[in-house]
Amino acid sequence: MTGSVLALEGVTKSFGPIEVLHGVNFALRPGEVHALIGENGAGKSTTMKILAGYLDPTDGQVVFDGQRVRFSGSDEAEDRGIIMIHQEFNLAEHLGIDQNVFLGREIKRGFLLDHKAMRQRTAELLARLECRADPGAKVSRISVPDKQMVEIAKALSRKARVLIMDEPTAVLTERETEVLFRQIERLRAEGVAILYTSHKLGEVKRIADRVTVLRDGVMVRSDLTADVTEDDMAAAMVGRELTDLYPAKRAGSGEVILEVRDVDVPGVVENASLTLHRGEVLGIGGLVGSGRTELAEAVAGLRPRSGSVRLNGRDLPAGDVAQAMKAGLAYLTEDRKGAGLLLDKTLRENLTLPLLETFGRPLIDRKREEAALDKALADFAIRAPARGMAVGDLSGGNQQKLLLAKTLLSNPEVVIIDEPTRGIDIGTKQQIYSLIAQLAAEGRSIIVISSEMPELIGLATRVVVMHAGRIAGELSGEAVTEGGIVRLAMGMDKTAKDDAA
Amino acid sequence: MSAASIHKTQARRSKVDLAVIAPLVALVVLIGIGMALNPNFLSFANITNVLARSAFIGIIAIGMTFVITAGGLDLSVGSMAAFVAGLMILVMNLLTDSMGGGLPVIMIGVALALFVGLAAGFINGILITRAGIEAFILTLGTMGIYRSLVTWLADGGTLSLGYEMRELYRPVYYGGIMGISWPIIVFALLAILGEITMRHTAFGRHCAAIGSNEKVARYSSVAVLRVRLATYVLLGVLVGIAVVMYVPRLGSASATTGLLWELEAIAAVIIGGTLLKGGFGRVWGTVVGVLILSLIGNLLNLTDVVSPYLNGAIQGVVIILAVVLQRNTGAAR
Repeated sequence: MTGSVLALEGVTKSFGPIEVLHGVNFALRPGEVHALIGENGAGKSTTMKILAGYLDPTDGQVVFDGQRVRFSGSDEAEDRGIIMIHQEFNLAEHLGIDQNVFLGREIKRGFLLDHKAMRQRTAELLARLECRADPGAKVSRISVPDKQMVEIAKALSRKARVLIMDEPTAVLTERETEVLFRQIERLRAEGVAILYTSHKLGEVKRIADRVTVLRDGVMVRSDLTADVTEDDMAAAMVGRELTDLYPAKRAGSGEVILEVRDVDVPGVVENASLTLHRGEVLGIGGLVGSGRTELAEAVAGLRPRSGSVRLNGRDLPAGDVAQAMKAGLAYLTEDRKGAGLLLDKTLRENLTLPLLETFGRPLIDRKREEAALDKALADFAIRAPARGMAVGDLSGGNQQKLLLAKTLLSNPEVVIIDEPTRGIDIGTKQQIYSLIAQLAAEGRSIIVISSEMPELIGLATRVVVMHAGRIAGELSGEAVTEGGIVRLAMGMDKTAKDDAA
Repeated sequence: MSAASIHKTQARRSKVDLAVIAPLVALVVLIGIGMALNPNFLSFANITNVLARSAFIGIIAIGMTFVITAGGLDLSVGSMAAFVAGLMILVMNLLTDSMGGGLPVIMIGVALALFVGLAAGFINGILITRAGIEAFILTLGTMGIYRSLVTWLADGGTLSLGYEMRELYRPVYYGGIMGISWPIIVFALLAILGEITMRHTAFGRHCAAIGSNEKVARYSSVAVLRVRLATYVLLGVLVGIAVVMYVPRLGSASATTGLLWELEAIAAVIIGGTLLKGGFGRVWGTVVGVLILSLIGNLLNLTDVVSPYLNGAIQGVVIILAVVLQRNTGAAR
């Protein structure tokens, strides 16, 4: 690894018993832009955090200036000139832009802060970034792209030798992206080593000198960008083989049960339409943040929307979950702990919550509740050490099965399952997959939203892919492939290319 | 099945046990101390006297239990009670002048008190749920408004019910069945109803669900805003009922009526084991909390070991202990 300023050599990282990085070698050279790409959960963030001193490697070493180092934390790494720009902003919302840029490194005159000098330096940095925001403005008042520019200004204000950028263009428009690229090129010319991640492969091709692909915590390939095409990159990102984890697929009937037409959710989903047939498993793919969850929540009545949703030929009112549930549509949230289950309550109280009224009025019939729980425990093979325990003490897999039981308690015709197997071991995954297939066999219609492409391909006969709040396209039958989904999800098709915002 | 499951969860229960019975233990200890210090403490007359006086706070605290369980708070109940009482007396006096005294005037007065309580609760609830104002701030505001309104109605002095009406209305506080006065009976009935509502109805379960995690409740198609609103309306009605029982006691209302009732009610709820942050509540605990607070005061009055002026200090210590106990059991989860 000669010539590198910062490198990882044989780095592994484990969280608890799970190893997420397996022997990664990765080097950043001065005056080079190095792109790191991979699917969600491939280990990009972990790699960046180890480089920037936020995490320690479990094994292997970090080499800085040819010497093995162990940073005590991100502060030490920053002092050495390794700056990371996070995807989620690290800005104090109530402070001004200048106060944020110099937070923790304020310019002082004696005991007092030198406001004038800091504001002037900030103004210079913003001007360089062609950002028109007032240096004194509160961060809470400026737009999201401006916040990104402030983060970049903050990084520029230090003498950066290594700059790590985690999807900096995710929130930028095309014009702002151009400005950012000019800054990156300028920094590269100054000899700064830059790590760049993006889901937009076109950008990677354009700005990066070298590209490395991570898949499931393993470095798959590393090439000069000039030597690879976008398709090569996409193929390297997803090339996994499918096992018989998935039950046999069934085709749905021709009868349309759910019809979503021109649904808009202000700011996140634009003009989305889709149809679902009886007995079908329909997949919705796309990157995190592409509007999948928001669309599903809008359909389920959990978010305000415009456009129409027809179930069995009858319109569902917008923003009314109870009505949607009564009509036979249920939504299983991706946020199991935050929106799915009451962690401090018992299994019984969680199971019956959506349908309490049907368990006796005015007084709840405890015996019927217990009977429903007995049935759920058996039907969904939920293993709980004790009936009266708090749901928060169950394992993730058993929580997910309980959530599934809760969602299906109302006996819905249409079930939307958002991330059915997030954070769940492989055995439970298989159980959930066969449950989904069984639901379809019973004549129910299912929409599965997933970030895991093998899951979509293994379960769904038809997949709708979202990109930037719009439906980018639909694949069915043989056309449902990882490459096809990635292509649509990355906005690589002509149809989606014109809307960069 | 249930016997087996109880057995299985013993390990878990034993941790929670302390929190469950702590208020009861405190009450028993308190009664024991009382009996040791003064033989009259457990006399029928003393006990009924204590219960009747604590009934107002108790009735309000039952409603407060629901509000707090659902993750809310209401600081305005003390002033609300004073305002309702003042308005009730004012209207009853006016009616006595125009249509002469009698039962109808009392009926109208009672109906008015209940209605104004309901309306006041509705206003609190609607502003908190629809306008999205923080419950603490909003009820701090309405607390000031009602207190000032009653002062204004009384023109800075005292509103007194006419002598004739007072005589007629008196039995509602002083009368009763078999020596047990009406406020005690009403308090007991409402407590039983409240406990059943909390434990065995969808409304009670929904309150706990909302206080535990509002988002989960919403995603489970619980009508979060309606249930929240209902807790404040319920509390308002209970304030109305408390006033109906309170006015015949003194027959007057002034700027100092119901002063600090809100804090006593909240304290009783918390001592009873309801979580201040919501998610879990029990009405029987609140009743025990009310009894503990009023017995402390009574005990200090009956004995000269500690000055009655230290009543507030001892109550304060009990409240702090209750919260510390809650936090410890919370951490054990």
